Amino acid sequence: MKKIKFLSLSLVTALFFTSCSSDDSPAGAVNEDEVITTLTATLTGGGQVIILKSQDLDGAEGPLAPVVTVSGNLMANTTYTGNLDLLNEAASPAESITEEILEEAGDHQFFFTVSNSLGAFGYSLPNDENGNPVGVNFTFTTGATAGTGTLAIILRHQPNKSAAGVATGNIANAGGETDIQVSFPITVQ
Amino acid sequence: MRYIILFVFLIIGNQSLVYSQNTLSGKITDEKNQPLAGSHIHVAAFFANSDESGNYAITGIPNARLQVFIEYLGYKTLDTILDFQGNSTLNVPLKPDVSQLQEVVLKETFVKNKAQEIKTATIEKYSSESLGDALKEISGVSSLKTGNTIVKPIINGLHSSRVLIINNNVRLEDQQWGAEHAPNMDVNTAGKISVIKGVNGLQFGGDAIGGTVVIDPPVIPIKDTIFGKTILNGQSNGRGGSITSSLFKGYQSGWNWNLQGTFKYLGDFEAPGYVLSNTGNREKNFSGRLGYKGENQGFSFFYSYFNADIGILRASHISSTSDLIRAINSGEPQYISDFTHDINAPKQQLQHHLGKINYYKLFSNNRKLSLQYSFQFNNRLEFDLRRGDDKDRPSLDLDLKTHTLNADFEGNHADNFKYKVGINGGFQNNFADTENTNVRALIPNYDKFDAGAYAIGNYTVNDRLSIETGLRYDFSHIDAKKYFLKSRWTERGYDNEFSHFIIGEDGQQWYTNPVFSYHNFSGSAGSIYEINEKLNLTSNVSVTSRNPNPSELFSDGLHHSTGQIELGDLRLKREVSTKFSTALNYSTSRFSLEINPYANFVNDFKVLIPMTIILSNRGPFPVWEYRQVDARLLGVDITADYDFAKNWNWHSTAAFVYGEDLTTNSALIDMPPFNFNNTVRFKKANWNNLVVSLKNETVLTQKRYPNNDFFVDLLDTGEPVSTLVAISKPPKGYSLLHFNSEMSFDVFEKSKMTIGFTIQNILNTNYRDYLNRTRYYSDDLGRNFRVQLKLNY
Repeated sequence: MKKIKFLSLSLVTALFFTSCSSDDSPAGAVNEDEVITTLTATLTGGGQVIILKSQDLDGAEGPLAPVVTVSGNLMANTTYTGNLDLLNEAASPAESITEEILEEAGDHQFFFTVSNSLGAFGYSLPNDENGNPVGVNFTFTTGATAGTGTLAIILRHQPNKSAAGVATGNIANAGGETDIQVSFPITVQ
Repeated sequence: MRYIILFVFLIIGNQSLVYSQNTLSGKITDEKNQPLAGSHIHVAAFFANSDESGNYAITGIPNARLQVFIEYLGYKTLDTILDFQGNSTLNVPLKPDVSQLQEVVLKETFVKNKAQEIKTATIEKYSSESLGDALKEISGVSSLKTGNTIVKPIINGLHSSRVLIINNNVRLEDQQWGAEHAPNMDVNTAGKISVIKGVNGLQFGGDAIGGTVVIDPPVIPIKDTIFGKTILNGQSNGRGGSITSSLFKGYQSGWNWNLQGTFKYLGDFEAPGYVLSNTGNREKNFSGRLGYKGENQGFSFFYSYFNADIGILRASHISSTSDLIRAINSGEPQYISDFTHDINAPKQQLQHHLGKINYYKLFSNNRKLSLQYSFQFNNRLEFDLRRGDDKDRPSLDLDLKTHTLNADFEGNHADNFKYKVGINGGFQNNFADTENTNVRALIPNYDKFDAGAYAIGNYTVNDRLSIETGLRYDFSHIDAKKYFLKSRWTERGYDNEFSHFIIGEDGQQWYTNPVFSYHNFSGSAGSIYEINEKLNLTSNVSVTSRNPNPSELFSDGLHHSTGQIELGDLRLKREVSTKFSTALNYSTSRFSLEINPYANFVNDFKVLIPMTIILSNRGPFPVWEYRQVDARLLGVDITADYDFAKNWNWHSTAAFVYGEDLTTNSALIDMPPFNFNNTVRFKKANWNNLVVSLKNETVLTQKRYPNNDFFVDLLDTGEPVSTLVAISKPPKGYSLLHFNSEMSFDVFEKSKMTIGFTIQNILNTNYRDYLNRTRYYSDDLGRNFRVQLKLNY
């Protein structure tokens, strides 16, 4: 107890002195490292390269809505190899978040869904340290029927990767927090 | 003054040799022979309080030579030894203790109703909990919780910046604006806690729209004495406990000192069905003082240190609206792991230092001048779940430093007019360490200057009526530096109105220097009228003004516990409250009842209102903005106490508040639902002071709430599904049973050990509370067994 008392008293004395100096000089604007301003999904297949992009330059807390672009239509009965690139463009130079995700692969997993049964997804390597999928690389195979719909990409932080169905891409039991949740209007022809 | 002659009339009568159980009775009066109700008379392990006429009786005293103490706040304690060989009568006129005048002047008048006070014995029961938990003993006080360890008092429906907390005569400055920021103080430092629901607290500030909590340290008498206590708690829920120890030393010469420390260690709490992962907490607290109470002057130094690590329920940390929907719809925490004592992110790490020096000088006619300087340093670290290089960094790191100077003068004019006047000045600096957090600061750097002056007069019209009135003026000036996202600045419409605040830019952000000044007047008037010996009526009207706090002005970010973006507004003005309250108090020796209705009209009441939904790469987020509305709170607090049979007591409290937003004619959010508590207690002094009690705590469903539900598209299944986010509906009411018991034993010479055994939530009832911010994510606490060992020496 005496030690605590002595330490506390010395601490408060120190604080008294430091509090007299002005230490609130501006630290410069903060550009948060963890903000994901831009997600780009590149689908390559059937002689095409289709780019899906969602860009939200003022981050999740800014008032501006993301700008969502899709570079072209997909073809039916085609297997596309997909890869994701995540950037923080609020930082200068822009920072790659994909690298961070791969470094902490065990704590992250992407999930893909598409409406109107327009196709099916599969995970590609690399997997995480436990052999579970991450989803930075994936495949998207379109079905025989043409149509329009929504392709959604969701990133969960600290999901339960061993829950039923999660390893095959079913998000229902994944839990965790949502870091990315974007959707793209697509057309299969 | 040192050689006080006590006029002790001692009549030994009716000596009986047959019974060895004796009764001591008599009457306690002041020096003018007026009865002193509520004096404390203490013989060995037996004690009693004097009734309204000053009479008391203690039964069951054995034949022995025993020490007798008679105490009354503001009077010199009588300490004598009596030889009990039969029933005795001891009539005592107590002498006023001039050095205690400060305790008396203001509080003697209006704050006297016992229902609004918590005494040491009750505070000790909450030794391992918090100030907010202890305050719930008072009717009309509820708590705003985040989990189980972050507990803020709500007084008559209002909380945070609307409730002042005065710790040892210093206004606590611990970033109290935040709903998840609990008072940074150790409940074990308190000797007495009072709640002022009107504004008899004008002395402390003019902005207590909800009320004021006054915490006084234990009084050390002017005599050669040393006493102390140690309380050890162990509990099943949380699998841990606490220890607190304090030592007090008084000298006849007027010197005194005191040392106190608390250590608390608890792991994950448990709800009836599961572990509430990451809800452990730790506290390491210390306080000490050194004082001198002389005949004409005195001084004291006081220092306290509060250090807490508080885990936040892991399942309540969410990043998107779809996470919130999953949590609400599943009805279970989304994250449950095995019990642990470890605390990980999300968590809070808090430190609060309070140091003060005070000096007083007494003049003739009971006039007194007091001077006080206080310094507070508050450091708040909040850790979220983060990624990459920032994983171990806090998301919030705020240093708040506050210096205040007070000068107060009190005195009286004739016998029936007392007054108190004072001035105060203060400087506050907030520093947001964004280099450490690498997160944009929600609460910016600022400097704040305050100055105030007040005068309070108390006039005793006759034996039955006294009136009190007060006026206060406050000046406040805030000078802040904040980075705003340019897109946010434009969206807020600040371009035209506040372009003069912009002093620089950095990439996508404006660097701004908002400066605001406020002049506020507040006042109160009240009376206390004794209708007859059993019935008195207190009436009070008060006008108070509260300036926007930094959170209301500057917030612009995501709250991870609610999944909502909260936006402040630079255009916010002060809010002004006009509160009418009365208290009707009826008491006899066995029964007391206090009914306390009130009406509080608040113009420009600041409230968060959901305005829109914005889209982002993390999906949609609801945006809540601070707006100003006219509000009206009507309510009543009731306390009843009845000794319905020998050794049996019944105690009951109830509180109801009806909050209405008059601008939109809708219910105010977060109003405490109707609640009532009933305790039946059996107490028998002969059986080692056995006390056994059973308490029922009932909270009804809050049926009045604004509907803030909204719809978003969920993408989880492939097809976008429009889904309701049901955030508004309060959880169902609940009723809990608690058991408490204690016995005390004389262990060593002059030492007493009290053993207590408590069961909280006996039936292990599942429940959620409307005013708990983790209610979307998990049930509240399950059953808890607690053993308390208390050693008084």
